[in-house]
Amino acid sequence: MDTKTIKKETNTTQTTERISGSEAVIRCLLAEGVDILYGYPGGAIMPVYDELYKYQDKIHHVLTRHEQGATHSAQGYARISGKVGVAIATSGPGATNLITGIADAQIDSTPMVCITGQVASHLLGSDAFQETDIVGISTPVTKWNCQVTKASQIPEAMAKAFYIARSGRPGPVLIDITKDAQFEEFDFKYEKCKGVRSYIPIPKLDQTSVEAAAKLINAAKKPMIVWGQGVILGEAEAEFKAVVEKAGIPSAWTILGAGAIPTSHPLNIGMVGMHGNYAPNVLTNDCDVLIAIGMRFDDRVTGSLSTYAKQAKVIHFDIDPAEIDKNVKTDVAVLGDSKESLAALLPLLEEKTYPEWHQKFKDLYAIEYEKVIKHDLHPTKEGLTMAEVLKEINIQTKGDAAIVTDVGQHQMIACRYANFNKTRSNITSGGLGTMGFGLPAAIGAKMAAPDREVISISGDGGYQMTIQELGTIFQQKAGVKIVVLNNEFLGMVRQWQEMFFDRRYASTEMTNPDFVAIAKGYFIPAEKVTKREDLKDAVAKMINTDGPYFLEVCVEKEGKVFPMIPTGASVSEVRLE
Amino acid sequence: MSAEKQLYTVSVYTENNIGLLNRISAIFQRRHINIESLNTSPSEIESVSRFTIVINMTEDNIKKIIGQIEKQVEVIKAYYHTEDEIIYQESCIFKMRSALLFDERQIQNIIKESNARIVTVNREFFVIEKSGRKEEIELLHRELSAFGIMQFTRSGRIAVSKEEMKISTMLEAFQH
Repeated sequence: MDTKTIKKETNTTQTTERISGSEAVIRCLLAEGVDILYGYPGGAIMPVYDELYKYQDKIHHVLTRHEQGATHSAQGYARISGKVGVAIATSGPGATNLITGIADAQIDSTPMVCITGQVASHLLGSDAFQETDIVGISTPVTKWNCQVTKASQIPEAMAKAFYIARSGRPGPVLIDITKDAQFEEFDFKYEKCKGVRSYIPIPKLDQTSVEAAAKLINAAKKPMIVWGQGVILGEAEAEFKAVVEKAGIPSAWTILGAGAIPTSHPLNIGMVGMHGNYAPNVLTNDCDVLIAIGMRFDDRVTGSLSTYAKQAKVIHFDIDPAEIDKNVKTDVAVLGDSKESLAALLPLLEEKTYPEWHQKFKDLYAIEYEKVIKHDLHPTKEGLTMAEVLKEINIQTKGDAAIVTDVGQHQMIACRYANFNKTRSNITSGGLGTMGFGLPAAIGAKMAAPDREVISISGDGGYQMTIQELGTIFQQKAGVKIVVLNNEFLGMVRQWQEMFFDRRYASTEMTNPDFVAIAKGYFIPAEKVTKREDLKDAVAKMINTDGPYFLEVCVEKEGKVFPMIPTGASVSEVRLE
Repeated sequence: MSAEKQLYTVSVYTENNIGLLNRISAIFQRRHINIESLNTSPSEIESVSRFTIVINMTEDNIKKIIGQIEKQVEVIKAYYHTEDEIIYQESCIFKMRSALLFDERQIQNIIKESNARIVTVNREFFVIEKSGRKEEIELLHRELSAFGIMQFTRSGRIAVSKEEMKISTMLEAFQH
């Protein structure tokens, strides 16, 4: 997960050199291998921007149209590449606008470093212009943060920031630098951080816990795996696949785990959780051993905890000791890095197949197909479904695209129906559920992986929360394909209103602008599809267009996402209609 | 594991950093956990701070809280102990009218019997200090209340564990 270094000689500067704090910030970024960062200038960060101007041949600054966009772009960059995303902003409103992205990165364990300018140190606490206590504000949503008031503190703070952001369970870090520290000159020397004494990023793997896990797995009659993003963050996809295949265990994923093994893998039984697949949800309450790998038993995954997998022995692999027994009591906890833990587990596993147990999943899938999937993918009614659009994208990208979604119905449909052939292909806001995440995250993803097809899929609601980032796409010529599934509603909230609030559609109906005209206003080629027969050609045109493209698909207005576990219900009470 | 709520004393060894108090108190605030008392001080190890936090909760929950505290980058280690696993003290100060020393002779007996001490006396007031367990301090407070207390303040709990906490070993391990 190490970041790429641009030039080896800048990696560590052993001899000291007298430079300004702001130049030091850039030199630290270069030493950490940062070649791209997302941000927005302003008064308190201007000295750093002045240095960015001087270093523009080495480090590319992407001017987003809002600081929130900068964080989501940095997140998209990090999620697709595994490298640390960097966002930069000025003090006050610039800094507070980062908070949503920071909170999102915290709950989804995304490595990100945010740099904020701050008023001069003698003004701290005086309610100065654009002064805000960003360290205080960001404390609950950062893995670590600090304020720097002297230039000489910059190298160590930056080194620590990158180390903490990327090591162990990754997360966001914020460094707040006062303006006087940016101007101050000092003797610069950079050393990468190799450890922080109060911080153990990866717990030492305990072989006896691995043995205990293997014993339970080998003795199981109806084992089931639920994996999460930990497999991807630990770059353990190969080890995970080997474990799944050797042990022959049906394996389901949480939303952030999608793609760690391909959607088409025969042991991949789909998504768990509120809108997950029927079989893995129902059979969670039937399995005898539940093996959780790099997931955290989020309430959207478990439904009612008091009825969750009570019959099963639970094995929990995780890097974060605080996750063990947090929501679900475990019988065996294996603490450690997923790659190392799964590699240790593999030789201890017996080769197995569970034909009868697998048949149960197939039988339930058949029910889900009849009740839900068939109607989603092959509708007989007039209105286009969201799933049809995903199906067409699957066909035309052969399942190799990275799908960046926003939050809501389209997100659940995308996760359920997109084919993920490759890891790091499902970039979405999981834990925080941040509407507006998708478009800017897609920018970062495309810039980090220019060779990949990156398709941003949003609803008409979330799209308008960060629609201004079309400007960034235009200016950067970022080849993002933008799909808006327009049902003229805040669809997920509307679905809840229909089901649980007697169809009282309070403030969920959207009167939308001409999205095609807006895209064209940013000189992005655009098309709108309203008929089924036009979909295929429209998607083809989008895929075959070089550079950015916008496609609006008008879908049925009152479509619902099923299966669904109503809030507070058990996973086995998942509804199909 | 006990599902009953009881008093736990949490000892947190940390780096001495601005902002860490915020991080730790946020853990409690988010979960609506009332802190009975909180004390921060240097520890036996140079440059390492120690938080002593008293909370009333179940063992199940205290374990989760310890996990969240230890997750903070600058926390070295956190422990929780029940009342009989620690030696603890609290301290309090009373400010009272000096005239009482002459008018109410039994005050002097109360001070003696409670092992409190007079810190200072001047024409207007005198100051009593008492260290001990919470109940002893509460008893003294009740006894002195009858005479009128001008000011009263009590410190947070400070505690040492009967068992060794092995922080130094942990920090040494990092050096190698």
